[in-house]
Parts: sequence; structure tokens; C-alpha cells
Amino acid sequence: MNPSNVLRNVARATRRPSVAAVPRQRLLATGLRLSGWRTVTTTSEVADKPGAAPAKKEVKFTADSYPNIQRGSQFSKLTAEDIAYFESICPIVSTEKGATQDDLESFNTDWMRKYRGQTTLVVKPKTTEDVSNILKYCNERKLAVVPQGGNTGLVGGSVPVFDEIVINMSAMNNVRSFDAVSGILTCDAGVILENADSYLRERGFIFPLDLGAKGSCHVGGNVATNAGGLRLLRYGSLHGTVLGVEAVLPDGTILDDLSLLRKNNTGYDLKQLFIGSEGTIGIITAISIVCPQRPKSQNVALLLVESFEKVQETFVKTKEQLSEILSAFEMMDINSQRLVRQVTGKSHPLKGEAPFYVLIETSGSNAEHDDEKVGALLQNLMEDEIILDGTMAESEAQVRELWTWREGVPEALGHWGGVYKYDVSIPLSELYLLVEDVRAKMSSLGLLSTPENPDNVVVDVVGYGHMGDSNLHLNIPVRGFDKRVEKALEPFVYEWIQKRRGSISAEHGLGVAKSEFVGYSRGPTELAVMQRIKNMFDPNEIMNPYKYIKA
Amino acid sequence: MSALRILVPIKRVLDYAIKPRIAASGKAIDLTGQKMSLNPFDELSIEASVRLREEHKTRIEDILAFSAGPQKSQDALRTAMAMGADRGLLVDTATTELEPLAVAKILKRVVEKEKSNLVILGKQSIDDDAGQTGQMLAGLLGWGQATQAADIKLEGDTVTVVKEVDGGTETVKGKLPMVVTTDLRLNEPRYASLPNIMKAKKKKLEQIPLKDYGEGLEGRLEVLQLVEPPPRQGGGKVADVSGMISKLKELGAL
Repeated sequence: MNPSNVLRNVARATRRPSVAAVPRQRLLATGLRLSGWRTVTTTSEVADKPGAAPAKKEVKFTADSYPNIQRGSQFSKLTAEDIAYFESICPIVSTEKGATQDDLESFNTDWMRKYRGQTTLVVKPKTTEDVSNILKYCNERKLAVVPQGGNTGLVGGSVPVFDEIVINMSAMNNVRSFDAVSGILTCDAGVILENADSYLRERGFIFPLDLGAKGSCHVGGNVATNAGGLRLLRYGSLHGTVLGVEAVLPDGTILDDLSLLRKNNTGYDLKQLFIGSEGTIGIITAISIVCPQRPKSQNVALLLVESFEKVQETFVKTKEQLSEILSAFEMMDINSQRLVRQVTGKSHPLKGEAPFYVLIETSGSNAEHDDEKVGALLQNLMEDEIILDGTMAESEAQVRELWTWREGVPEALGHWGGVYKYDVSIPLSELYLLVEDVRAKMSSLGLLSTPENPDNVVVDVVGYGHMGDSNLHLNIPVRGFDKRVEKALEPFVYEWIQKRRGSISAEHGLGVAKSEFVGYSRGPTELAVMQRIKNMFDPNEIMNPYKYIKA
Repeated sequence: MSALRILVPIKRVLDYAIKPRIAASGKAIDLTGQKMSLNPFDELSIEASVRLREEHKTRIEDILAFSAGPQKSQDALRTAMAMGADRGLLVDTATTELEPLAVAKILKRVVEKEKSNLVILGKQSIDDDAGQTGQMLAGLLGWGQATQAADIKLEGDTVTVVKEVDGGTETVKGKLPMVVTTDLRLNEPRYASLPNIMKAKKKKLEQIPLKDYGEGLEGRLEVLQLVEPPPRQGGGKVADVSGMISKLKELGAL
């Protein structure tokens, strides 16, 4: 996701003392795991002219892209006294204090370079009390705020729209406690997911959540957005694994619900409200979460499948035969694999091509038992002609390499300058139909690139995702954001999903991108109750305004 | 033009992505429950031999994957066979640790029995980092050798090898029989496909106990101790540019 990932992965790959003895291309392959176009030389296969690669264009202000959003008239503007007050609490980045727009750029802009706010102040609290003091002050002064974690979100939820103060949580990054008997971790919200995971791994556990942005995203942000990720199939959603939350309410009250209990039927389960609330009712400052044992044995297989029907058959057989050791079942279409290959210049582990690719991961405690199960499954899948071909990782390096063909997809798609992303839940049988329908629509409108018209704005229409959770990522990489594409996509995609009673946001949240479409997945009664909850917590509406739900 | 019988010696080692831990004895790496894989250099050797077959077809009579190690080394041999080796041979060493000279002596006997005329092996295994077996084998056999291969070409009975040397490459030419050790840039090893993994299960894997290889294999060295590399010193932060300059001066960098 960002360069720190690259460094971290190289660091991990180089931990072995005899690193000089390791094949360099493998090291490189590992290092490039998530680095995407920033570090990889491009091979031009389709219509990718040199220089057509994403230029460092100015990102459009969100306020300009969404002209119907107006700055809340109730909000105050920052004064010199305000800034002096914040500076007395914790480190700040402020234009009043000599910071330039460039210094603020990374706090104002999301990593996809799609949303851009106009804040002039970032505060970096170090303790829960700091957060409390900041919010209490902002609430009294009616200053709007945006809580910000690793800023890896996909819907513009973690950057300002106008001049909201960014409350960046990166300075709150300590593990508070870990109980090796129960496996319960308590840590600050600003701990980076991968750091939490490494901390746990050293102690024989893992974080129950894993996702592509792990090198940058914060666990607090993960909880605030109810992130799903790659292992949800196995370990369940954060609504189950998070045991407690410490949060600061907009008036500065510290809500200490940092429970260490798995069972606690004593009144309303308040922490659940914060999970997935996207910073609209308070700021999560710490979490406690129950962590599973680190699997002793892991297997990864990549399979080649000729149709979506066969992908479903593969899924059924896989669940049947792997049951408790299955930890991921990911589907990628051929377009996604071709684009990754094109952008990274790597050769695909599988020789042939077919419309679908499936990645299966198992996590268990007994390598022999797991190997036998996976071996038997793959043999059955081949013999019954459900899959066409496949391969299995024989080493850790291969495990990581096979995963890059799934985890590297989002980054590769960003190569052409922009991606329209939809993260949706659809009943399994029709999961991929959405991609086909959107592709047909783009094609009929003449927007899709073809061999004859290789410069059309839509590079491709791509589908991949967490098949195990009926969660599809529909991605449309484009050569630049374009009104015609937007008109073709919306409300078409949302209506399509509404017809099938799917969800317009499975795991990415609402943010700015989907707030006005929430009605496609939620009824007016539900939305009205949500609005009452919001008003109860945040009557001045200072928390992450202009986003989430629009009643 | 002689038919080619290729011998590919391989070793099962601690997976290179895993951080090695020193056992309580302080004299060995703790391997219990750790992920073991094929030595990365050996993947290159297997790939190289399979590519020779793809290029020279019927001239390659046999590709034999060999390993001397515990029973579990069968996994490594099956991987080699899934990648394209024809059969496997395991010398079961049980718990005995072999030094490079002992391995070279065993390999010499295998070469003689199997009538191998090309041995392709990794330039070193990443566990002991000895980097001796290939050279010793060539010496014992009295064959030519080309080490650190970045490219292998076969024309008639002539083998041309591009070697990695400091600051560039060196190209050498020799006649069969020959020993070649492989280096990083030689190739990009393939992934074994599922059909091939299954076929590999049915390929012949012969096992011979170590004692059948006779005397003279005992070790000559004793491991006194293993020590972890010193932990990296954490970096420090300087407040401003002048702080940085004075720090650099202090360190003698300016």
C-alpha cells in the first residue's frame, strides 16, 4: 500500500542471517509484495504508453467533486487561540505554525488520490486524556473533526471534506497488555496492524484480521470501519473478536468499555456501536481483542477454474474436505491476473489461463494432517475435472508469492491513474454476474478499451474477492476519473444489488463515497434509528461530518 | 554424442523465510516444528536440468534427484520430481549430520553406480553455508567443474557455463562429464503443477541406509557454539538540521 510496506517486507525477508545466500529474484519478489507500480518496471502489453503512467496530478478537492455537499454553517473556523490550545495538549501540524500544504498533503489526501480535504490543522494526541481534552474543546467550540488512522480507507472516510481538524492517532501506538493464556490483546488504537500481528506471532498468536493494507492501517481504524479482510472466513468478523473498546465521546467523556470478557450479558453491548461507526459517534482510543493461536502449519494452493459454476463447485468441495482448517477462499478473475502480470512484469505461477483463479489457504496445527487433507482435496478436484490445473506452495517464499497474485490486485489496478471500486455482498450464485453485466454496459457505451480502441477510458472491468464471504470487489480501472463512467456505474450498480438484496458496502464502509446510497441497502426505519443514535452521541455533529449515513 | 544422465543432489533445509532459533544446547539450530523446504539453490539446479531436457529432449536419458538426510527429505525429493526429475534416491542418514566431504564421497559412489555424466547442484545450502560439496565431488571424480553458474549451454559433449564472479561474469567451456554448481541468476524455478505433483507421487523413490556407503564418512569437525548475529542498534532522532550535522561530525561522517 505504501513504501513502508516494502521496507517492512524486505526487512522480514532479510531477517535470516544467511540472506546473501538467498536467490535475489525471490528476495525481490518478496520485497515487491505490495509495492505496486511505484517500484515496478512496467511491461507494456496493451495500451500502456510510456509516460501514460499516473502522473502526480493534483487531486481534486472532495468539495469540488461533490458540489452538493456544503460546509456546515454551525461550525466555527479555527482561531489562533484554538491552535495555541491544541499545541498545549499534544504535537500538531498547522499552517499557522509554519507547516506547508505539502506537509498537510498526506493527511488531507487518501492513498487512492481520490479524496482531498482542506484542513490546516492536524493534532496527534499521545494519550486518551489528550483525545478527551481535544474533543471536549472542539465540541464546545463547534469545531468539526475527522479521526484518522492509517488513512488506508477506500471511501474517503478518513480525510476531511472541508477544514475539519484531523485527529491523527499514529502517536498512540502501544500494546497495553497481552494475556498468553486467554489470548486477549489490549492495545492503543494507533498500533499498526502488522506490528500487532508481529507482536502476537512472537508469542504464538496472530491477529484475527489480515488485509492487504496491514503495513499501514491501524487496528483502531480497522475496528472503526469493521474491516473484513482475508481471514474473516475463519475467524469471524470484528463484532465477534473485539471484546472491548475504549472510546472518547464528542463531549470528552471517556467510555471505558475495555472488557476482557468473552461473555458479558449485562446491558446494551455499547462497544458494538463503535465497531463500524466510522468515527461518527466518538473516537476509539484502545481495543481489546481475542486472538487465535498462530497456526503451526499453513498451505496455500492456487487453482485454475474454467467457469464460475466450477468455482462454486470448488468452494463446496473445499468446505467439505478441509472444514476446520480452511482459512481463506479467494476468487480472482482472469482480467485481474493479467493486469497484475502486466504491471509487475512477473510470470504467473500457473502456465495456462482460464476465466477464474482460486486461492485456498489452510491454517492448522499438524502439517502432516493438513498436507494429507489438502493433497486429497486437490486430487479429487483434478480427477472430477472441477479444476483445470493448479499449484501448491512448497515453501514460505512460495506462500507469499502466491498470495501476491491476490493481494497485489488492488495496487496493480491503480496503475492507470484511477479505479472505481465497489465492495459488495451478493448471494453467491450471482456473485460474478455483476462483473459481466457492468462489462457489457461499458462495452456497449464504447467506454471499454479494446484492441481496436486501446485508449478508451475504461482499462478493464475486474472482479475478485472473498468468495468465502459472498463478498465481491468490482473494480473498474480507468485512465482518469470520468463523468461518463460514473453515470454508467451509478445508480446502475446499486440498483442491481438492491434487486438481489445484497449490500452496497460489505467491508469498506460508507465514508463519502457511499453515504448517499445507503438507502439501497437499508430501509427508512433503520436509517431513522441510526440517525437518533448519532444525535444522541453527537448533538453538535462535529464527528466526521458529511459522511456515513444521510437520512 | 553421449546420452545425458543428470544427477541433481538436493537438501531439505529450514525455510529461508523463517528466522532460525538456536537450540538450548547452543550447538544446533532448533528445527522442531519448523517449516522446512527445498534449499533455494537446489530449486535452481532442478529447474536447470529440466530445462536441459526441454531443450535436448531424448538426449536426456535420466534426471535423478538425490538427497542424503532424514526420512522427511522424501518431501524435497517429491518436490523435485514434481518439477520434472524422473526418480529419487534417498540415503537415509537418520540423525547423522554429514560434512561436505562425506556427502561428496557418497555422491561419487552414486555417480559411478548410476553412470551419471553431469552433476548439477546448488553452490551451497543455506543452512551450513559450507559451499564445498560440488568442488570436492569434482576433485574426487577427477572431473571438470564450473561453479556459480548463471547460464548453462550444452552443445554436443561441450558444456559452456557463464559463471558469476566478482564484478561480472566469466564464461568457461568444458567437456562432459562435468560438475556444475548453480547461482542465483541461473533461472526462475517453476511451480510444480497439480498434475505433476500427483504424478510425482507415483515416481520411483529408492531408499538406501547410510551404512551401505561404508566407512570414511564420519565428521572431522565439532561444533563448539552457535551465536546469533548481534541485534541491530536502534536509530536515534535528531531535533533539527544542525543537530544532524553535529551528529554526523561526531560519527566522523563529515
